[in-house]
Amino acid sequence: MSSQSPIWALISTFGLMSLFAVGGAAAAVPEMHRIAVEVHRWMTDKQFADAYAIAQLSPGPNVLIVTLIGYAVAGIPGALAATLAMCLPTALLAYYVSRLLSRPGQSRWPGLIQAALVPLSIGLMAASALILARSTDRNIAALLLTATVAVIASVSRANPLWLLLAGGLLGFAGIV
Amino acid sequence: MSPDSAPAVQELDQEPDLPAAHASPPGLVALFLAFARMSLAGFGGVLVFARHAIVDQHRWMTADEFNETFALCHFLPGPNIVNLSMVFGSRLRGIAGGVAAFAGLLLPPTLIMTVLAIIYARFGDVDVLRRVLAGVSCAAVGLLIAVVFRMMTPLLKRMDAVALILMLGVFAAIGVFRWPLQAVLLVAVPVSVGVTYLLRRKVAA
Repeated sequence: MSSQSPIWALISTFGLMSLFAVGGAAAAVPEMHRIAVEVHRWMTDKQFADAYAIAQLSPGPNVLIVTLIGYAVAGIPGALAATLAMCLPTALLAYYVSRLLSRPGQSRWPGLIQAALVPLSIGLMAASALILARSTDRNIAALLLTATVAVIASVSRANPLWLLLAGGLLGFAGIV
Repeated sequence: MSPDSAPAVQELDQEPDLPAAHASPPGLVALFLAFARMSLAGFGGVLVFARHAIVDQHRWMTADEFNETFALCHFLPGPNIVNLSMVFGSRLRGIAGGVAAFAGLLLPPTLIMTVLAIIYARFGDVDVLRRVLAGVSCAAVGLLIAVVFRMMTPLLKRMDAVALILMLGVFAAIGVFRWPLQAVLLVAVPVSVGVTYLLRRKVAA
């Protein structure tokens, strides 16, 4: 496969990114945005925000925003390539590490490393929020909607799906 | 652990466990279907549904085993729930079980996302869809902020200055300065692990 092929670009980009995506999919969003919008110009800022919204609104792991990016770059093969590249390498890594750690005498390091990674994960997710908010909160009403959802979701156990649908309804009504 | 070995759960359990907590390990098809079902139920994140199915419904793992498995998958890179499917499936049925759970978790929603991508490519410019998606986007960002807030709360309560500084540093580097993730993590991870190690030694001493 030529190194110029868009499929190969997707595989190498997301394969590498997944190995650095500590803290899960939400932590990887800034890097996805940087690569897809700024470096490769695969999609616009608005398309990226839409892709994030669609991924949140759909069933399945939220990491599947990469399926949408992959499709935008190279159609159905791109969608499948991006998904596998993002998910398979780290799943295999997890498989080998879990076998390694199931041996006795290895119990100290996982806890320590996990504790060390927690603040970094939160920082990454906060960065995701900032980057996405920049492209979605273009007016006062949009900003208010974001803030209201943030408060409701922080203080209650409301099902996230209802909040997303409420946002969609407000958009449909032309309020946001 | 070979794919055809005896139920792996017993081998991995070092501590005595309530035998009632484990039903007999599921077959590959059952694993695929169970993960497909939790994945399709999982709007806004699959974890809650995975925990319910694995611990409460099928009793394939105890609550503690599930937390340990999840903690491992959270500290490793990549999508946590995807890692969990592979680790969990392979504990019950070897690598074939891991692949079955992994495929079950990803195949159905990936097909759905591909269909949505096709629809978006064709109708994404239609005004009504643009407006709806704009509203959903705002709400989605709000949800993300709420998750960040919930995760920050313990650090704030403990007044964990070191952790808060690390958090703000990563936020600024990635969110404000837009530096590449690799470069930031190559510095931040060793620093954070080192500081955490030193602080724990000081506490222990």
